[in-house]
Amino acid sequence: MTHHFILRVITKLLIPLILLFALYVQFHGDFGPGGGFQAGVIIAAALVLYALVFGLNTASAVIKEWVLLVLIPLGVLIYAGVGVASLLLGGNYLDYNVLAHDPVHGQHLGILLVELGVGMTVAAVLTTIFFAFAGRGHRDANGNLLPHSALSDEIRNRKDGQP
Amino acid sequence: MINFLSWVLLLSGCFCVLISAIGLIRMPDLFTRMHAAGVGDTLGAILVIAGLMLQAGPTLLLAKLVLIMFFLLFTGPTACHALAKAALAGGEKPLLDDNNQ
Repeated sequence: MTHHFILRVITKLLIPLILLFALYVQFHGDFGPGGGFQAGVIIAAALVLYALVFGLNTASAVIKEWVLLVLIPLGVLIYAGVGVASLLLGGNYLDYNVLAHDPVHGQHLGILLVELGVGMTVAAVLTTIFFAFAGRGHRDANGNLLPHSALSDEIRNRKDGQP
Repeated sequence: MINFLSWVLLLSGCFCVLISAIGLIRMPDLFTRMHAAGVGDTLGAILVIAGLMLQAGPTLLLAKLVLIMFFLLFTGPTACHALAKAALAGGEKPLLDDNNQ
């Protein structure tokens, strides 16, 4: 009951495919359905699946929480930075035409960068929300996750009715 | 001929999904319902996708359908397995015949 062998094997098989599909959705966004938001949600889903099967401590070793907290504003900064860059190059805010010599190339570049920023922020925000909820009651006074052994002890004590 | 085969596959897939939906409503407890949903749904989805593959022919669509089929083939039974394990861990007992209780 504690090993979850089938779940581990299938999860290991599926997570690379999920990430690959997220990248496909991210970079296919200019031609078909897709884009940064959807890709970010799919990446976050892969991370949440990993955390569900392998535990919160392993997942936060894969992607550190400070990395997530850096990625959130970085994505917004890229989005806003593209807008400000087009302002500085003489267009309107988020006017992609002026980003390159050819307006069509400029639009490609602008959409790509903006969607990249959206994807980073969405993936990081959703993963951070999941970590925050799943880690409730499993952190010490400094906000660090308790190690797994301490965690199971704590839960066992709670079941016995002790503080 | 290919069209006919494709329709046979599509309709039998729909039939499987319909049976699993009826089973989901009519079965008495969680495990038998899950059996109906998991087994019937997996087979039904695979038959429907096989029918669509015959319609698609050798194109990029075929490759995408193969990928979707592998996804469903792995995720459906795994989700069922996880649900059954969670139910057992949560103290849900399978419904047994009166003679065996």
